[in-house]
Amino acid sequence: MRLLFDRSKNPRIAWVGIALMTLALLALPFALASVGTAWVRITNLAILYCFLALGLNIVVGFAGLLDLGYIAFYAVGAYVYALLASPHFNLHLPFWIILPIGAAVACLFGVLLGTPTLKLRGDYLAIVTLGFGEIVRIFLNNLSQPVNITNGPQGVYMIDPFRIGSFSFAQRQTIGGLDFSGPVKYYYLLLAALLIAIMVNLRLQDSRIGRAWEAIREDEIAARAMGINTRNMKLLAFAMGASFGGIAGGMFSAIQGFISPESFILVESVMVLSMVVLGGMGNVFGVVLGALLLSFIPEVLRYTVGPVQQAVFGRTLIDPEVTRMLLFGFALVLMMLFRPAGIWPSALRKRELEAGRT
Amino acid sequence: MSEPLSLLTATGVAKRFGGVHALADVDFTIRQGEIYGLIGPNGAGKTTLFNVLTGIYARDEGEFLFDGEPLNDLKPNEVAARGIARTFQNIRLFANLSALENVMIGRHVRTHAGVFGAIARNARTRAEEKAIARRAYELLEYVGVSERANHLARHLPYGFQRRLEIARALATDPKLLALDEPAAGMNATETATLASLLHDIRRDGTTILLIEHDMKLVMGICDRVLVLDYGRKIAEGPAAEVRRNPAVIAAYLGGDIELDVEHG
Repeated sequence: MRLLFDRSKNPRIAWVGIALMTLALLALPFALASVGTAWVRITNLAILYCFLALGLNIVVGFAGLLDLGYIAFYAVGAYVYALLASPHFNLHLPFWIILPIGAAVACLFGVLLGTPTLKLRGDYLAIVTLGFGEIVRIFLNNLSQPVNITNGPQGVYMIDPFRIGSFSFAQRQTIGGLDFSGPVKYYYLLLAALLIAIMVNLRLQDSRIGRAWEAIREDEIAARAMGINTRNMKLLAFAMGASFGGIAGGMFSAIQGFISPESFILVESVMVLSMVVLGGMGNVFGVVLGALLLSFIPEVLRYTVGPVQQAVFGRTLIDPEVTRMLLFGFALVLMMLFRPAGIWPSALRKRELEAGRT
Repeated sequence: MSEPLSLLTATGVAKRFGGVHALADVDFTIRQGEIYGLIGPNGAGKTTLFNVLTGIYARDEGEFLFDGEPLNDLKPNEVAARGIARTFQNIRLFANLSALENVMIGRHVRTHAGVFGAIARNARTRAEEKAIARRAYELLEYVGVSERANHLARHLPYGFQRRLEIARALATDPKLLALDEPAAGMNATETATLASLLHDIRRDGTTILLIEHDMKLVMGICDRVLVLDYGRKIAEGPAAEVRRNPAVIAAYLGGDIELDVEHG
């Protein structure tokens, strides 16, 4: 990665690398579509998870605040979109208006969670955030009476897709001889969103704000003694992370067309946190890698566990769904044993090794 | 000759933990440009005084007047913004960040870029970032840690960590630099390096408040000394006088022996 993209050291190789990468990313959905549209959808969800994991990385990776209820912000963003663009309230606002609203509302929820938890760290913070995530989900589940706001466990359906004028992201279309299905169109949109999210993460990390977050993560008392307003910086981390979640939620709503509280259970929070930790907390590219792996591995297992059993034993001994989670958990344990800092840990240690050699 | 300006004046400062009087009725004045020593036996309340001064503990009574204005009920970050920077008895560096980053964080309180500047990375933010890095590097050179600028703080040798902590504190542009036992655990050579660094810092215009157990260092570099025992002030004055003060000798040795600094 370094070698490929370090323009200052080797401009030609870097540009060729970037060009190849761009080409591969542009062609990917067509390659996947030839295998099956399901794989384009899976990829889209994977990108959405990358986006989510990057948001959580701000809170957990940069500022060191363990958040087990992160999916609540995703839920808030998803419901804001669903309620403002579906027949439920008969509102059909365009997505470029709703997404910022969703981000703002999620941001508000982030501050709402952050304010009472300012003095908490580690395990205690994890418990409170876990509770927060559950509270939000339970509210969504029960806000159907006496006034029907969320439609309870039935969820909200027929949610509008993203639309710009007559161009809809959900419709199949042929442009310039190429067949663009709905998921393929969304793929490009999500990819663009992900690239922006990566850039925002990288720039935040390498800034006065990012350093202040890292200082809080390392030693809060020393950070305060150095003049960092830890209260504001923590709230900012919660708010930034939550906004990412809110935007991701809005995109999720539009892509799925249907959401219910079921989509925002605790396991989802744990999953996103696992992506951050497994990939390499605090390292933006590690987090993206973690999110991709944890999104794809279960899907690959879904399609292989059954057939493999058939081939070996002649019949399906264990339900594929069960085996899938078993293997998945096993893989997680192995990775944490052998690479406790994550698959792709932050660059600091590497930089130090380089410095040590000179 | 006019009276030297006072930078920090404490009047009647008290701090209690339950029934324990950690500090009781402490008065002192630190003058502009001096190295002011704070000594006393273990548990005398020196670090408590630091924590009360820098806003980590709320004081129960009394007040501080810093640079002409009261320093009351401020949070630690506000105290730092007012111009008091400190180090810690048990080094508290940002262990998993590089030496340079540690000092760059010290610049936080004197710089302004916010979230939007960070994301947009406009000309102003880039210029500020450059200035932060340059200043941080200068400070590393100043304390003699620049050759290890990219090392993680936790991998630095002990003496380097102590000096890095001083560089980080200096990065906040303090008027008063408060050092909590900077020579603890250092050998004679390291202590000598530290002493000359403290002289340099004072020469360059920063007043120093120094908690220290190394009597030779204290007597060698401090202009004046405050002695605490059981949370009370038992002596204050020029180092040479304090050293002959019977109350001080009694507190330290329980007898009437002069503190032997020449061989200590």
